[in-house]
Amino acid sequence: MKTEMNIGFLPLVDACLPILAQEHGFAEEQGLTLRLVKDVSWATVLDRLLYGHSDAAHLVAPLAIATTLGRGRPAQPLSVPFVLGLNGNAITMRPELAARVSPAGRLGDPAIVGAALAEIALARAAAGNPMRFGVVHRYSSHNYMMRYWLAACGIRPDKDVEIATVPPPFCADALAAGEVDAICVGEPWNSVAVERGAGVIVLATAQLWRRGVEKVLAFRESVMEQQRGSVEALILALRKAGAHFVDPDNWEANAAILARKEYLDGDARLIKRAISDRLLLAQGQETVHFPDFMFQYREAANFPWVSQAQWFYTQMVRWDGLEFDPAEAQKAAQVFRPDVYRSALAGTGEPLPGASSKVEGSLSGPLAVSMQQGDMVMTNNRFFDGLVFDPEDLPGYLAKLP
Amino acid sequence: MRIAIVDESPARASVIQEGLAELDDCEIFVLSGRDRLLAQIGEIAPDIVLMDLGNPSRDVLEEYFAVSRVLDRPIAMFVDESDEESIAASVEAGVSAYVVDGLAASRIRSLLDLAVRRFRAFARLQADLAEARGRLAEREAVDKAKRILMDSRGLPEPEAYAELRRTAMNQGRRIADIAEALITAHELMGRT
Repeated sequence: MKTEMNIGFLPLVDACLPILAQEHGFAEEQGLTLRLVKDVSWATVLDRLLYGHSDAAHLVAPLAIATTLGRGRPAQPLSVPFVLGLNGNAITMRPELAARVSPAGRLGDPAIVGAALAEIALARAAAGNPMRFGVVHRYSSHNYMMRYWLAACGIRPDKDVEIATVPPPFCADALAAGEVDAICVGEPWNSVAVERGAGVIVLATAQLWRRGVEKVLAFRESVMEQQRGSVEALILALRKAGAHFVDPDNWEANAAILARKEYLDGDARLIKRAISDRLLLAQGQETVHFPDFMFQYREAANFPWVSQAQWFYTQMVRWDGLEFDPAEAQKAAQVFRPDVYRSALAGTGEPLPGASSKVEGSLSGPLAVSMQQGDMVMTNNRFFDGLVFDPEDLPGYLAKLP
Repeated sequence: MRIAIVDESPARASVIQEGLAELDDCEIFVLSGRDRLLAQIGEIAPDIVLMDLGNPSRDVLEEYFAVSRVLDRPIAMFVDESDEESIAASVEAGVSAYVVDGLAASRIRSLLDLAVRRFRAFARLQADLAEARGRLAEREAVDKAKRILMDSRGLPEPEAYAELRRTAMNQGRRIADIAEALITAHELMGRT
C-alpha cells in the first residue's frame, strides 16, 4: 500500500476534506500521509494529476468527465470514487444590477430573479451590448448551473449573454472593473467581492439544484486500480473529516486551519461563514442563514451517484453543441465509481445506498431510501424549475430542456 | 515562427526569452500583464504560446483557444501522444505549451526542450537565491544570540560564540538552531 499521497487542490473552502483529514490525523489513523499540492488553475491541477505529480486531485466534477471523453485534449480516463461536496457556490452581481433584480437583505426566488434579469439581458442584447457573466471554468458545475438557470428563465447563453472564464481570485476585480455583470464562483470568493463592495450575493447554487454535485476526488483510472488499498483508506479518512467539518463545535478551529497560508491563505472570518452556511449578501447587512449552502457529509453526500455524472453529460451535450452519443454517455457514467466507495466503507457504520443511480430532482420532502448498509432519509433535491432528471432516458430529458 | 511567452514574472520571462533568442527566424513576444491578455494574443497570432504552470490565467487562455473564433487557426495544448516524455518534462519544469495546428512536431520539440532548460535554469537560480537568503538569516540569528549571551552573562564575544558552539555539539544540533532556540526563549521571558 502506498502510504504517502499527493493531492492537488485549488484554494477554495471545498478543498476542506483532504486538508482536514491530514490536519486532524484522520489520514494517519488509516496509515496515510497526505501532501496537499496547491495550484492556481484547474489546468495545472489536471496536468499534475495526468503526469503523476499528484495521486489524486480536488477537481470540478465536469472536468473529470470532459478529460475522460477527450474534450479539449486527448482522452485520459479518470475515476471518481468520492464526491468532495455538493453546492457551496453562489451568484454574485454588480451592486447596481443586484438592486434591480433581487430583494434587498435576503436571497430571492431564482425564477423571479431570473425573470427580472431576462428583461435587462434581452434589452442589452437588442442594444448590441450583451451582458457578460463569469464562471470559473468551462467544465465546471458553475458554468452548467448558471446556464441551466439562465436558459430556464428565457435567457439564451452564448446568444443573448456572453459567458466567459474568470479565475476565482480575479472575480472581485472583474466585477469591480465592470468586465462582468455577474459571477458564479465558490467561497470565499463571493464574500471577498462583498467585502470589497464590488458585488452582492444574489443566489446560492443550492437554490438552483438543491443537491448539485460540486468538487470530486479524481484519480487516473489506472492509478486508482493500482493503489486501491490506499484509495479506500483515503475514503475512510475523508468521511471522518466530513463528520468533523459539519460539527458546529469545530467550525472556528477548522476555519482557522483552512485560512492558513499553505491552504487558502485567506480570511478565517469569511471561511467560517461559508462552513456555517451563513452568507453576508451585501455590505452593511446582517448575515443570512441558508441551510445546505455547502453540503459535505449528511445523506451520504460523498456517494458518487452515477446519475450525477450522467446529468453533467447531458449538460455537455447541450452546451458544447454535440450530438447525444450513447457510447459517450456510457463512458461519462462510468467515471463515477460507487463500487469503490462501497467497498471502502463496507462493514463500517457508514450509510451505503443500495442503488448506484437515482432520479435527480424528484424529492421535495423526506424519503427513506433502500440501503445496502445503515439507514438514510434523503430530503429536498429539487431543481428550481421543477424538472426531473431520469437517468434511464437521457435523450428524453434533453428534449424537455429549453 | 511567432512565440508568445505568458509569464507574470518578468524576470523569468526574460530568462526564457534570452534562451529562445538563439533559435533562427523566431519572433518572440512577452506578455506579463493580465489586462488585455486575450486581445494581445489575438493581435500577435502566435504559432506557439508558452505559459508557466503557476499562472492563474491558464484556464482563461485554454477556454479562449478552445472556443475563440478570433484566431484563424486552432491552438491545442501540446499533447501529441508520441511526445508524452516531452510533456512530462515540461510539466516537471513548470511550463505548458500550446501549439497552433499543423506545426511540425520536430520544430515544437526543439523549442520546448529549450524552454524547459530555461525554466529549470530559472528554478535553480531561485533556489540558490532562497538558500543565500536562508544563510543570511542564520547568520543574523547567531549574531543576535551572541549579543544576548554577552549582555545577560557578561561574556566577551569569542566566549559567547564558543558557548553556542559547545551547546550545539553537545546536543548534536546546528548552531543556527541553538541560536533560534535561545532567541525564542529570551523573547518568551519578555526580554527582547
